[in-house]
Amino acid sequence: MATSQDTRAAVRAHYEPVIGLEVHVHLLTASKIFCSCSTRFGDPPNANVCPVCLGLPGALPVLNQQAVQFATLAAMALNCRINERSIFARKNYFYPDLPKGYQVSQYDKPLAEFGWIEVPATGGGAKKIGITRVHLEEDAGKSLHEGFPDSYDHTYLDLNRCGVPLIEIVSEPDLRSPEEAYEYLTRLKEIILYTGVSDCNMEEGSLRCDANISVRPAGQREFGTKTEIKNVNSFRFIRQALEYEIERHITVIESGGRIVQETRLFNSNEGKTYGMRSKEEAHDYRYFPEPDLLPLVVDAAWQRQIRALLPELPAARRARMMREYSLTEDDVYTLTRTQGMADQFEEAARAAKNPKRVANLVIGDLLGRLKAQGLEIEQSPISMKGVAMSADLVESGAISGKILKDLYDKAFERKEDFPAIYEKEKPRQITDTAAIEKMIDEVIAANPKQVEQYRAGKTTMKGFFVGQVMKASKGQANPALVNELLDKKLS
Amino acid sequence: MSDNRQPITEKDVLYVAELANLELTDEERARMVKDLNSILDYVDRLNELDTSNVEPMAQTSDRYGIDESKAGTARFAYAMREDKTGPSLPREVVMENAPETDGAFFKVPKVIEK
Amino acid sequence: MDISTLTIASARAAILERRTSAVALAESFYQKIEAADKQIGAFLTLTRERALAKAAQIDAIADKGDPLPPLAGVPIAIKDVMVMRGVRSTAGSKILSNFVAPYDCTAVARLEAAGAVVLGKTNCDEFAMGSSNENSGYYPVHNPRDLSRVPGGSSGGSAAAVAAGMSVAALGSDTGGSIRQPASFCGVVGLMPTYGRVSRYGLIAFASSLDHIGPLTKTVNDAAILLKHIAGRDPLDSTSAEVPVPDYEREIEKPVRGLRLGVPREYFGEGLDPEVRAAVEAAIQKMAQIGCEVVPISLPHTRYAVPTYYVIATAEASSNLARFDGVRYGYRSPQAGTLSEMYRRSRDQGFGAEAKRRIMLGTYVLSAGYYDAYYLKAQRVRALLTRDFEAAFQRVDAIVTPTSPTPAFKLGEKCDDPLAMYLADIYTVTADLAGVPGVSVPCGESKEGLPIGLQILGRHFDEGTVIRLAHVYERARSG
Repeated sequence: MATSQDTRAAVRAHYEPVIGLEVHVHLLTASKIFCSCSTRFGDPPNANVCPVCLGLPGALPVLNQQAVQFATLAAMALNCRINERSIFARKNYFYPDLPKGYQVSQYDKPLAEFGWIEVPATGGGAKKIGITRVHLEEDAGKSLHEGFPDSYDHTYLDLNRCGVPLIEIVSEPDLRSPEEAYEYLTRLKEIILYTGVSDCNMEEGSLRCDANISVRPAGQREFGTKTEIKNVNSFRFIRQALEYEIERHITVIESGGRIVQETRLFNSNEGKTYGMRSKEEAHDYRYFPEPDLLPLVVDAAWQRQIRALLPELPAARRARMMREYSLTEDDVYTLTRTQGMADQFEEAARAAKNPKRVANLVIGDLLGRLKAQGLEIEQSPISMKGVAMSADLVESGAISGKILKDLYDKAFERKEDFPAIYEKEKPRQITDTAAIEKMIDEVIAANPKQVEQYRAGKTTMKGFFVGQVMKASKGQANPALVNELLDKKLS
Repeated sequence: MSDNRQPITEKDVLYVAELANLELTDEERARMVKDLNSILDYVDRLNELDTSNVEPMAQTSDRYGIDESKAGTARFAYAMREDKTGPSLPREVVMENAPETDGAFFKVPKVIEK
Repeated sequence: MDISTLTIASARAAILERRTSAVALAESFYQKIEAADKQIGAFLTLTRERALAKAAQIDAIADKGDPLPPLAGVPIAIKDVMVMRGVRSTAGSKILSNFVAPYDCTAVARLEAAGAVVLGKTNCDEFAMGSSNENSGYYPVHNPRDLSRVPGGSSGGSAAAVAAGMSVAALGSDTGGSIRQPASFCGVVGLMPTYGRVSRYGLIAFASSLDHIGPLTKTVNDAAILLKHIAGRDPLDSTSAEVPVPDYEREIEKPVRGLRLGVPREYFGEGLDPEVRAAVEAAIQKMAQIGCEVVPISLPHTRYAVPTYYVIATAEASSNLARFDGVRYGYRSPQAGTLSEMYRRSRDQGFGAEAKRRIMLGTYVLSAGYYDAYYLKAQRVRALLTRDFEAAFQRVDAIVTPTSPTPAFKLGEKCDDPLAMYLADIYTVTADLAGVPGVSVPCGESKEGLPIGLQILGRHFDEGTVIRLAHVYERARSG
């Protein structure tokens, strides 16, 4: 008998979600896009404003060259075509944290278009998600609706953020599931972080995302009516909000209703979206070219200069690391989880004799211990140099795997780096023949049955004896010597 | 061609007034319908001209007073600035003109939003 | 000292030669303002403290025997659309009645740096929108030459202040003719430089691609002096041009013989008052006698200039005036219960009728469905109008026309018909749309004694030729 869940799944399978994402990213310039006020986050409210970003009468904008450079760099990292000539435009609407009553943005002649990034596709492989455009614009201020004694009827405004440079990255509606949307955002953030133009911090508001979602019967070409989801402050919540919204769309359509094109807000506590109660502002932005600014020209020469600043991007880096260090795809994703970790790993790997062993140590021994203590790679007591050193020691047989684990434990316990621990705790390897012989004698005496089996021809038993001797010596006996002496004693 | 224009109605005036955030009195609204229609009738004479091959001219600063010997980015480079911070207005000065403030923030009646 | 005949040059000389102190000079002007301005209404705010402090500074320098700055002690008036730090700056509007600017307009700062003494802020049509100064949110300005008539607009206060001897010179702004037309109505010189010649930083914006700051003075020489000090690249204004500033005081002394003057037939058609026509034609004849060559030309798209202007200017204005929302400065309606009410009532109560009309028109022509038919169309016609000038300037060095189709009309005469008012700009808006410089210089009077202005237009950044011609004509007329 079909459960209601099965029925739901069957219904759901008839529909295909169509998702597009608009991401706004703060550029890490020192000063604002059109004035010289500081962009520093966390300063006292309204401490970083001037006639220009305050929208005082008579003030005029002057474009920050670095903002253009950062925007272009990001667009290149997203495989966009850079338009040599682009135009700023005014987007006119009223909102208390928008001082001029318009936002200076770009409209029909944006800085960059026709880009793409790859995301892992459900079911394996990679899928290209189109990026329609990347353009420059200024941010608005912050409206605070609660937290003050009279918040029940007042909104407080902090305009420090007015004029901070943004790029808006608009994806094609190529995403087909909330999971894909999550992957897209993760990959996009990673790429932008690698370019260094933003710190992509959603908590601080330097990365924001709005989602557009519609559903259509599987196989249909036309898009359904879309709704927009705003005010979601983590990738996880965006995924969740999209899940909810897709269900909602399907439910409405299945029951014969029509989706209303509207903006909805996500309530993360309840996991639901709600239509905005306030009367929808007429979205007639009356775009027209900004008369106070000249056309923006990023010519071929400047583009070349900027392109030369592009670092190795994540996808290319992972491909190279797989080749260079003979790593699996899983390994390489783990090691490149953050740019910092990847940099440190490569530094260590290059210094060591066997990079693969370094990778294994990082993945196997280091990350686990870090996670257990809730530490980030940057807080690791064992530096990458230390890891490299330990790898080399194991490689040369100077220490065994077990000793290494002990040393790692001690390092984490005492919060000391590997070289220091090794100096203090390095096992004095037992190379004294007499001592080893004594241990062998003891082991032989304790295991007469196994001795018989060995002498009877079961040569594989040797491993048992080696193990026993190593155990007795707490792993400190020189393995080569143990082998040699065992041969003598057992024969 | 100028007879093709749809006259502005009171509904249009209401819509535009909303976009422009103006609460017109009844008198103003009626007056506005009359005035806008009269002006737009006059503006309609622009349709006598065939401008299909003419580029719109949004400003003069991008073509006059420009050093034509400079090409590409260099041509308008003078109108960009370096990424250097400068002094902001002291907050007390900023708030001097504020209709409502607690000294640190601007205050407005509540924005209705969930 | 008869301050009513003082020019910048003579005021400067009087102070240099210590025939008067800067403070005494400023005080004389304040006395004159006290006596005359009740009837005229040219000033909105007097900046006594600042003026006297500056004058005292100048006197201190002079007393020490140190070299004086070029405009030392010269009293000037500033149209209230230009902000001044610590001074109430209203743009002629009630919506800014309590706004004290925290920074200086660049053009004003340059004059003050050169030693000028700012007497006060002059009255104007609200946000520079008007041709008669009857749209001021405060009180209208009366033409000093006939108090029952308008001084012209929107820089009516500046023109009247200079014409009435209440200031030696003034700065005004011109978007559709607002320097030149009041200059012609009041019988003074009004110069609109090329767009981008003078920084707009600190000029409360009406129409960003059309706004200009320029001087209103008694003589062309004075206009040249002021232009010299306010012109030049300002890094705070992206549209401010990087063109070097010639010494305009030298430029005006250059000869005009052989210069070709274009006379466009479209500016001499119907609607032109016969007395204005007569005066202007006489002026052109005089120029011919001086040695200029008079060339009939055509600016064929002239009849489309006013509608073009009113689409573009109002569109830009509707956006520029959006910042007046009662949030951070300016008027906030006491009946502001909700945010929406705050916006709508503050703006409806704070703006006057003309400003609201233009905001509505501008919003409409930019709105979805109308942008192409109106705004984009107007910008294309603007290109055609500019081409007219480019073509004309292949054949002539300057263009001469009447400044206004009539002399000053009576107060209240055109108030009820906005369109009729707009048509008063018919000869001046073309220059704003194309960005070319223009000057209005007095060239006669009507039977009733009302001043008539001659307009001279020139190539982009060729203010030199324009003021040279005006200067020579001025000389010839008085000589």
